[in-house]
Amino acid sequence: MTDAHRAILAVWRIAQPRLITSLARMLRDVPLAEDLTQEALVAALEHWPATGIPEKPDAWLTATAKRKALDHLRRRKMLVRKHAQVAHALEQDEQTMPDLDSALDDDIGDEMLRLIFTACHPRLPRDARAALALRMICGLTTAEIARAFLAPEATVAQRITRAKRTLSESGLGYETPRGPELSQRLSSVLEVIYLIFNEGYSAARGDDWLRPELCNEALRMARALIAVKPRETEAHGLLALMELNASRAAARTDAAGDPILLPDQDRGLWDRIQIRRGLQALAQAEELGGAGGFYALQAAIIACHARAGMYADTDWARIVSLYGHLMALHPSPIIELNRAVAVGMAQGPAAALVILDRLRGEPALKSYHLLFSVRGDLLAKLGRREEARADFHTAASLATNRREREMLERRAAAICDHA
Amino acid sequence: MRVMYLVKSNHPGPPTPELGAAIGKLTEREVKAGRLLDQGGLMPISMGAEVRIADGKLSLIDGPFVEAKEVVGGYAVFELRDKEEAIAMANEFMQLHKDLMPGWYGTCEVRFFATPPHNPHP
Repeated sequence: MTDAHRAILAVWRIAQPRLITSLARMLRDVPLAEDLTQEALVAALEHWPATGIPEKPDAWLTATAKRKALDHLRRRKMLVRKHAQVAHALEQDEQTMPDLDSALDDDIGDEMLRLIFTACHPRLPRDARAALALRMICGLTTAEIARAFLAPEATVAQRITRAKRTLSESGLGYETPRGPELSQRLSSVLEVIYLIFNEGYSAARGDDWLRPELCNEALRMARALIAVKPRETEAHGLLALMELNASRAAARTDAAGDPILLPDQDRGLWDRIQIRRGLQALAQAEELGGAGGFYALQAAIIACHARAGMYADTDWARIVSLYGHLMALHPSPIIELNRAVAVGMAQGPAAALVILDRLRGEPALKSYHLLFSVRGDLLAKLGRREEARADFHTAASLATNRREREMLERRAAAICDHA
Repeated sequence: MRVMYLVKSNHPGPPTPELGAAIGKLTEREVKAGRLLDQGGLMPISMGAEVRIADGKLSLIDGPFVEAKEVVGGYAVFELRDKEEAIAMANEFMQLHKDLMPGWYGTCEVRFFATPPHNPHP
């Protein structure tokens, strides 16, 4: 891509949400609006390298997209005429044709909401929802999405085409859920946003820069959702969770890319702006009565770390209680394992070991390396060195990540040295 | 990447109402898009002060003093994709000044936050 292309893409990306939402309103069809928004980009890429980026690129893109939309409406009218449904078509045109200019000045809130809910429709496969959301809400190109997800471009392109066809064919291309359906659909939206975030959060050193950038796309999506749905507590909870997690990004790995665990992280590298935003989002979720939500509880746990100036200052008793609430809401052996870690810190290793021994029979944790690494840690603190060493070895043999495996082997070896 | 914009000018006088309104709309749009993290205007430097070290000596320069150079009148912090996006945003912001406050002159400095060298998350 040339510099000129990158500059054009940047200008288009800023204009993209308004373009797609106003076209969707005009055409009553989100997937079609997305096609036309892309066509406006293609037109810009054709014209602007010669003419330069216009002073008001927004207006240029809008006019171009509008022309394309009107062309489309005329074509559609012709088609419909053939089928002798002239009256219907005219009626539809009357509703939709004059809309665009006023639509551009209007608040795009409702349309944005519709866009988000359409892209994250539960009828679509999960991967397709993520790809469609990145494309329709964030304005990423198919090539960028493919790079970010380490997937072949053709695969992503096909995923997007198929998803848009599914939406169009099942008549889901322009609808907003209301009432009880809304909360169910909202959880699908939040799930997609969190999936995108975690994909970015798992990026390793040396990865394409677009991968970690997914975290920011997810954050932007959550903020955009909150801007149009400010009273959804779990949206605030998820935003808080992501902001607080992302705030530690710089402290999570060392120069060699090896993971640095929470107790050893340099808290000076934590992003204060992001922590402040995360705590604000959490406070918002709690003020709206959503303290007990799935995402809000997880955010509250991380907030305990964010608030602690030093590891030793961590409010473990509160973390234990929050994990207890999380378990009640969403029972899972992984959450219980995390609760055990907190119990170990708040009440001592012996109390945590009791929980862990209960968890050993759990089929889901049978080959989960962290169960053994946590147990090894507790046993080491209790002075049961031989058992601890054995557990660290088991953990190492179960870990799939090379860096983690090496770290666990080092811990096993460290116990030998002290024995 | 995180970007700070510093708007510098020594053009006297507050923004025209039209410019103020347009900046307000832009700000709202960017908050809703999730890109704008923080922004604000600054009072004239004549109402502030400067603490300076020159020739190894610390000195306080307290206002009021004459503003001869371009000073920072406002700032904004954005989370953006890349340098191109950062420049596009600055262009849009400055275009508003050109259109809605004739005679205004100044600079919008685009500055990227420094990140630790081994941070995979820029």
